[in-house]
Amino acid sequence: MDLNRLTIHEAHELLSKREISSVELTKAVLHRIEEVEEKVRAYLTVDEDRAIEMSKKVDEEGDFSSPLSGIPVAIKDNICTRDLKTTCASRILANFVPPYDATVSERLKAKKAVIIGKTNMDEFAMGSSTENSAFFATRNPWDVDRVPGGSSGGSAAAVAADECIYALGSDTGGSIRQPASYCGVVGLKPTYGRVSRYGLVAYASSLDQIGPLTKDVTDCALVLNAIAGWDERDSTSANLPVPDFTKSLVEDVKGMKMGLPKEYLGEGVEPEVKEAILSAARVFEKLGASVEEISLPHTEYALWAYYIIAPAEASSNLARYDGIRYGVRAKDYEDLLDLYKKTRSEGFGREVKRRIMLGTYALSSGYYDAYYLKAMKVRTLVKADFDRAFEKYDLIIAPTAPTPAFKLGEKTGDPLKMYMSDVCTIPVNMAGLPAISIPCGFSGGLPIGLQIIGKPFDEATVLRAAYTFERATDFNSRKPAL
Amino acid sequence: MKINIETVEHVANLARLYLSEEEKAEMANTLSSILDYMDKLNELDTTDVPPTAHIIPLKNVFREDVVKESLPREEVLKNAPEKERGFFKVPRIIED
Repeated sequence: MDLNRLTIHEAHELLSKREISSVELTKAVLHRIEEVEEKVRAYLTVDEDRAIEMSKKVDEEGDFSSPLSGIPVAIKDNICTRDLKTTCASRILANFVPPYDATVSERLKAKKAVIIGKTNMDEFAMGSSTENSAFFATRNPWDVDRVPGGSSGGSAAAVAADECIYALGSDTGGSIRQPASYCGVVGLKPTYGRVSRYGLVAYASSLDQIGPLTKDVTDCALVLNAIAGWDERDSTSANLPVPDFTKSLVEDVKGMKMGLPKEYLGEGVEPEVKEAILSAARVFEKLGASVEEISLPHTEYALWAYYIIAPAEASSNLARYDGIRYGVRAKDYEDLLDLYKKTRSEGFGREVKRRIMLGTYALSSGYYDAYYLKAMKVRTLVKADFDRAFEKYDLIIAPTAPTPAFKLGEKTGDPLKMYMSDVCTIPVNMAGLPAISIPCGFSGGLPIGLQIIGKPFDEATVLRAAYTFERATDFNSRKPAL
Repeated sequence: MKINIETVEHVANLARLYLSEEEKAEMANTLSSILDYMDKLNELDTTDVPPTAHIIPLKNVFREDVVKESLPREEVLKNAPEKERGFFKVPRIIED
């Protein structure tokens, strides 16, 4: 048996019965990394020694009461892990070793998770293909000539290639869901505020959210249970009770009302993707849910408002990289200003500079009202579309991305084309809603993702629908041949 | 919206970036075309629409101001590119 192929709940069962040890499981994952990493390149850092050490400790203690105990996890490289390099796939943080854990890292450690390594991403989470990594591009395990999506492409690829049991990613405009869709895995962006952002390197603070990438919906619920909840250190985390999400793992969508927004199936959506989403709708109908066409009229504006708001917040957040307190400092400089400028110019990649420039422009004197204020008003309209829909519907279903995974290099020359690949996911971040991507079909051997969007803080219903769909279909059972 | 090289230089200075001539030209082009798309937003009348900066209706989250242990100085300085006697080291900014 290839232990690295197990899900969390399968591994947990075997660990609890002492049929396998955490060391065996961890070694199986490390062996898999050795075997396929040259092709996939999902990891920036593999923390082999400490992972083995941790798994030994868990085995010795023998306490497998936590469902994550002794199970290897891969963490996106913009989530701080104490004493383990966290680079954001940027030259400017190439040597950064955090002196503290992000709240999610701390929570996973408290559950005795085994951190196997840090995954590749688009630099500072800015991108949709993981090609913007300052170090190397990650490949899609289903077709290594294609991108894994982004920005959590390393996490999605590592899960799809069984180079970990599960992973964490972050999602600002689709960065968990779009790569999950491209790699045929499950990816959940929780409601904004559900999971603490403390220790997540900030990109766009009003949109960023951490979430799980897993092999099935059950695992997704297990990980969310572990990481969700209020945190004093993140003032935007919600002080609300967290339900036990495993209670949502029931096969029942009877009487559920689902909306299918026509704007998500329009121009630019590949016919195979549209067909897969429509058949997913039929699956739900057969299981007793009702699906009706709805309209979210401000959908197309959401994308452009996002590309003002996110860069504006980024330009402010990334001002901290100045070569003084951490990160890489430029070598020769004349004075302090020259030090700042040289450090930032050498340290940031092209897309990061582009977004800093765009954001600085949108916030600069004379343009603030025309761009930033306008975008925030459009955000209100985007959110109002969803509010109206959720008065009548329990869930909204849509494609996660308009196409399956594209080829490496296909969109790197045209940022606008790259931005379009997030058109189905961005509105959800703008409204702060929870949404999952689960496999729902294939086009030419490449996975297609179904996006299920829920009401604020109603991950439970999202998970229930996703679980029901997963059990009723077999898209989840296919694995890439690497 | 057409962005010219002078605007690019002005914004680059605000953002504390040096750009090569080639980067400036590329930046002027892409920013212009991105901002052209942004102009689509003007199709919407938002006169009476309030802005949403944040999705959660939160204002000034306070906590008690209590003294707590912070990270040890050595830990904090571990990542500093240059340090001296327990401080971050920066170039001189005050003339003699």
